[in-house]
Amino acid sequence: MKIHEYQARNLFAEYGIPVADGDIAQTPDEALLIARKTGFPVVIKAQVLVGGRGKAGGVKVVGNEAELVSEFNRIKNLNIKGYSVERLLIARAIDIKKEYYLAVTIDNIKGDVVIIISAEGGVEIEETAKTHPDKIIKFYMQGQKTLDEARWAPVAAQIFNDARLQKSATAILQKLLKLFFEKDCSLAEINPFVINGEGNLMAADAKVIFDDNALDRHPELVALRDMKYEDADELEARAKGLSFVKLEGNVGCIVNGAGLAMGTMDAVNLLGGKPANFLDVGGSSNPEKVLNALKLILRNKDIKVILINIFGGITRCDDIANGILTALKQINIPVPLVIRLTGTNEKEAKALLTQAGLTTYTSMRQAVTEAVKASKS
Amino acid sequence: MSILIDQNTKVIVQGITGRDGSFHAKQMLDYGTKVVGGVTPGKGGQEVNGIPVFNSVKDAKDKTGCNAAVIYVPAKFAKEAILEDITNGIPLIICITEGIPVLDMVEVKTALNKSQCRLIGPNCPGLISPGKAKIGIMPGHIHKAGDIGVISRSGTLTYEVVFNLTAHDMGQSTCVGLGGDPIIGTRFVDVLKMFQDDPGTRGIVMVGEIGGGDEQLAADYIKKHVTKPVVSFIAGRTAPAGKRMGHAGAIISSGDSTAEAKMQMLRDAGVTVVDFPDEIPQALAARLK
Repeated sequence: MKIHEYQARNLFAEYGIPVADGDIAQTPDEALLIARKTGFPVVIKAQVLVGGRGKAGGVKVVGNEAELVSEFNRIKNLNIKGYSVERLLIARAIDIKKEYYLAVTIDNIKGDVVIIISAEGGVEIEETAKTHPDKIIKFYMQGQKTLDEARWAPVAAQIFNDARLQKSATAILQKLLKLFFEKDCSLAEINPFVINGEGNLMAADAKVIFDDNALDRHPELVALRDMKYEDADELEARAKGLSFVKLEGNVGCIVNGAGLAMGTMDAVNLLGGKPANFLDVGGSSNPEKVLNALKLILRNKDIKVILINIFGGITRCDDIANGILTALKQINIPVPLVIRLTGTNEKEAKALLTQAGLTTYTSMRQAVTEAVKASKS
Repeated sequence: MSILIDQNTKVIVQGITGRDGSFHAKQMLDYGTKVVGGVTPGKGGQEVNGIPVFNSVKDAKDKTGCNAAVIYVPAKFAKEAILEDITNGIPLIICITEGIPVLDMVEVKTALNKSQCRLIGPNCPGLISPGKAKIGIMPGHIHKAGDIGVISRSGTLTYEVVFNLTAHDMGQSTCVGLGGDPIIGTRFVDVLKMFQDDPGTRGIVMVGEIGGGDEQLAADYIKKHVTKPVVSFIAGRTAPAGKRMGHAGAIISSGDSTAEAKMQMLRDAGVTVVDFPDEIPQALAARLK
C-alpha cells in the first residue's frame, strides 16, 4: 500500500527523522498560514500517488505570499497523469548543499532486508543505478533488525567524509530501520537525503510503501489509504476475498489462481478476444465467492459472455458448480456462460451442472475459443 | 526416478484439524503418500482420518520419524510453523499458506540459511512425484509417472500444463510448485539443478510469469549448466503494466521483468518458449527426438 509524501513525512517525524517544517494545505489561506509560520522561501508540492510530479510542474519553490497564492492555484488545478491535486504540502524550502540517496527495502532473491545508499541522490538515482552501479552501495542486514554499527561504519565513512555526518547519518538510518520493521514496510526511502545550509542531514522527501499482507497487524495504517486511487470494484472484490482488476474488453473471466487467470487473459487476447477483467477467486473457494464474482462482473455493461475457467486443486469443482447454480437462482445472468471445470471433484461438479442443463468443457482452448466466439455475436 | 519426494517420504501435516488440512491429508493418503501424523497445538491425542495428531512438531518427529512437513495453517501462524520445523531439523518443508507478511519470510529465510532444511513455497501447490507421493493440494489424478520434470511459480497453471502433458502420454518425474510470493524457499535454479542431475528426468517444463527476476536467473543457469531440453510458458504477456495480478511477485516493476523480456532471455538460452500451455507437449516431443 502506497501513502502520500505528507503521510510518510509525518511517520518520519514520529520516528525522529528530521524533516523541514511544514504542513498540508487544501486552500490558499491554509497555505498562507503555514508559510507565515515556517517563513519564506517555501516549497509547494502536489500530493499525488503517481511518479513524475516534478516534471508535470507539481513542485515549486516560492519566495513571497503573492507568488505562493498564484502557484498554489496553478498546481491545485493541475491534472497529473489523470489525477487531480487535492492536497498540497507547504514546507520551508531547504537550502540544499548536497544530495544523497538512502533507502531500506527487501531483496526478494536473497530474502534479506537491504539498505541502499549513494552519495548521488535526487531524481536521477535510477539513471545512476544503470550507468554507475558502483556508486550505489547495498548493505545487507543479514537477518538483523538493528544496524550492526561495526559492520556499517566503513560504509558510512565511504559516503560521508566527516565524523559528525557519519554519526548523524547512522542515527537517522537506525530510526528509518525502526520504522521499516515496526510498520512492516516494503520500502522506506529518503530521496534526496540532504545536507542543509546549517550543515545538518535531513529528509527532503519521504516515500513509504507498506506490505499488503501485513496490514492486518497495523489497523492504524489502513486509515492512511487514499480511496481516490482505488477502484471501487477492486476494493470490494478484495474485501470479499477476490483478486480483481478491471480491463477494457467484453469477455468476463472467473478463474482460480493468479497464474491460470493470467494465462486465461493471455489466451483470450491471443485467440482474438478482449478480456473484460482479471478475476482470481483464490483457493478453497466457497460457493459464495462465485456468486460474488458473478455479481461483480455483471456490473460491467460491456460484458457479452462470461468465461469460467477452473482447474481444481485446493478449490473443489463442486463448490464452484454449487456457486454457479446458486447464482442462477438468485440473479439474472443475461449473457451466456462458458464453463470449463477440471481437477478436484470434477465428476461431481459436471454431474451437478449437466443436471441443470449447462454445458461444460474440459479443454481450456476449447472454452476460450467458444467464449471469444460468443463475445463477437 | 524423481526428485525431493518418493514412496519412502514420511510426511506430517501442520494444521491437520482445519478445513483444508484435513481434506488434503485425506487426499494425500488416498494417493499413497505416507502421511504419518498431524500437528495442531492443543489437539494432540486426537485422530483425523485415522492419522494421529500431535501437539508439536517435536512430538510428531519423535513418534513417527517423519522427514517432511506440509503446512496448511493460517498466514498469521505460518512463520512459527515453519520455524518449528527448522528448529526440529525437518529436512523438507512445504508451505501451502498464502498471504504471509514479507518480513516474516525474511526471518524464515534467515533461519533457513543457517540450517540444512529446504523450504518449498509459501503460497504454493506443493510437489508430486506421480505414482509415488504427493505433498500439497494438486489433484493427483491428472498426473502420470514418467520422465518430464515440471517447475512452476503458479498453482493452477501448473495443473493446466500437467493435464496437457498427461493427455499426450508424457508422464512426469516430479512436478514442483515454487509459489508466487516475493520470498520463496526454493527457486527455479535450485530445481533446474536437481532435474539436470536426476537420471529419471529427460526433459524439463518451466512455467513462469511476469514480475521478479527468477526467470532471468534461470535463463542464465540453463545456458551454462542445463543440457536437457527445456520448454517454457510465461503467463501475463498481455497484463497491463503496473497492475497487480494477485501474486505478490507478479508485478511489472522494471523493463526486464515483462513477459516478453523473459521469453526472449529464455529463447536466447536455448529454451523453446510457447504461446499456449497446450503447445507444450508437441514442443517437448520435438526437442526430445
